[in-house]
Amino acid sequence: MRRRDPVAPRRLNLRLDSDAAAARPAASPVARPGRRRPSGARAGRPRGRLIVVEGIDGSGKSTQIQLLRKWLEARGHKVVFTEWNSSDLVRLATKRGKKKNLLTPTTFSLLHATDFADRLTYDIIPYLKAGITVLADRYVYTAFARDIARGVDPRWVRELYAFAVKPDAAFYFRVPLDVAVRRILGARAKIKFYEAGMDLGLSGDPVESFRLFQGRVLEQYDALTGEYGFRVIDGTRSIDAQQRQVRDIVRRLYDEEGAVA
Amino acid sequence: MAARKRFFGHGLPYASVEDLKGALITIEGTDGVGRTSQVASLKQWLEVQGYGVIETGWTRSELMSETIMAAKAGHSMNQLTFSLLYATDFADRLEKIVIPALRSGFVVLADRYVFTAFARSVARGADPAWIRNVFGFALVPDMTLYLRIDVDTLLPRILQNRRVDFWEAGMDMHLGTDLYESARRYQWRLIREYNRLAREYGFLSIDATLTPEEIQAKMRRRVQALLEERRMQTLTDNLESLRPLLFEDAEETPRPAAAAPLPVVDPRRGRPANPPDA
Repeated sequence: MRRRDPVAPRRLNLRLDSDAAAARPAASPVARPGRRRPSGARAGRPRGRLIVVEGIDGSGKSTQIQLLRKWLEARGHKVVFTEWNSSDLVRLATKRGKKKNLLTPTTFSLLHATDFADRLTYDIIPYLKAGITVLADRYVYTAFARDIARGVDPRWVRELYAFAVKPDAAFYFRVPLDVAVRRILGARAKIKFYEAGMDLGLSGDPVESFRLFQGRVLEQYDALTGEYGFRVIDGTRSIDAQQRQVRDIVRRLYDEEGAVA
Repeated sequence: MAARKRFFGHGLPYASVEDLKGALITIEGTDGVGRTSQVASLKQWLEVQGYGVIETGWTRSELMSETIMAAKAGHSMNQLTFSLLYATDFADRLEKIVIPALRSGFVVLADRYVFTAFARSVARGADPAWIRNVFGFALVPDMTLYLRIDVDTLLPRILQNRRVDFWEAGMDMHLGTDLYESARRYQWRLIREYNRLAREYGFLSIDATLTPEEIQAKMRRRVQALLEERRMQTLTDNLESLRPLLFEDAEETPRPAAAAPLPVVDPRRGRPANPPDA
């Protein structure tokens, strides 16, 4: 059972071969182009698909992934959902660090990597092995975009996440900065300190800081698009139009192995 | 003169290490080898001579210490999160304590350093290149004192004083249900990693089977030589300016939000560069 997916995100190794592999991250993901060896193949059971959505705050990605989830479930797929920065392991430290403004770009990055490692171990890899589709609202690319925008070394953060599993599809919901800012300001009473990148001292005004910081993040996403083969979705189109585009791509992920279509 | 500090890897692009005048001395060695009490004696000895000394120890960061304790109490840590929790703790202490102290001309004594993370992670099956990269933001120390011991001397010595805990025995690695045998195998692996690192990074090894007094004397000689070579200044006449670093709680005024270094006056300002009596 060999699959080739020329537009799948590259450069993160799929580490489902064995437990030992999961415990032994690649030295340099950049040095090894992605190869996929679904472990389920050995057990005669199809591996679950890993589908991730990315985009700046206000890009509409969370709406899209929830619609996708309902659609997949309606078609009989087993699906779980995991969200960025949601593990219990570092929740207190993150909360404390944010509340007291203790975080530096590096500790911010490492806390999120710890959170991700915990969820990868408990909430992602076992499900994929069990043949269950995992939908992730934000993935390692969020760390790449935000942490680089905060000033950490781009090589360092990529190597930090070398243990990550390569997704089957990474959707990037691209919206112009103004659209995102308008959506966020319309929906929320207050922009959060770190969300606005206030820790970087770009501007004393939260809205202006948000604009500047998210602008940097947007630039990073655009730069990552080619490198990781994001499926770019125009986030200014109607919700329905975007969802149709997403479903067309996801459908093919399953069709290729003759699974439920 | 202070040698210019370097990072192990890609470093902290947003932090300047141009003006780190202090000396970073790290003390390594496995669990129960007597590291912490040796560091305390060393600190006292340096302070009596008038050096400004800051001690920093593993898992003692403001950001992470509670989280790490909770994670160790539960058993949900795996090799990845184990490594990353310690890396976060280390980064917090490096940026909030070590770098500002070095900038102010302090002697920083680190009870354990990145090498402990390397040894423990590799003993648990992590890729050595990966864990080194994770800690690529760390400063290369000016000197690493390594308390070297063999496992069959170590374990009876620990057991005379206290019990061996779950993590020291590497029980998370499922090496067996017999605590002593597990500890022996795990500590053997750890010591092997430390010994490899000692060669790779040029540690100054000290025989930890000697008496505590003999060990301390050897450590002091090494430290003295380094400080003389670096012409480190004593700081007695600048105590006021150093108060914020020495007594963290004494400073009640709110600090700036970001990771700004503490506003400490350069202790060497106004003094002749490298006076002969340094």
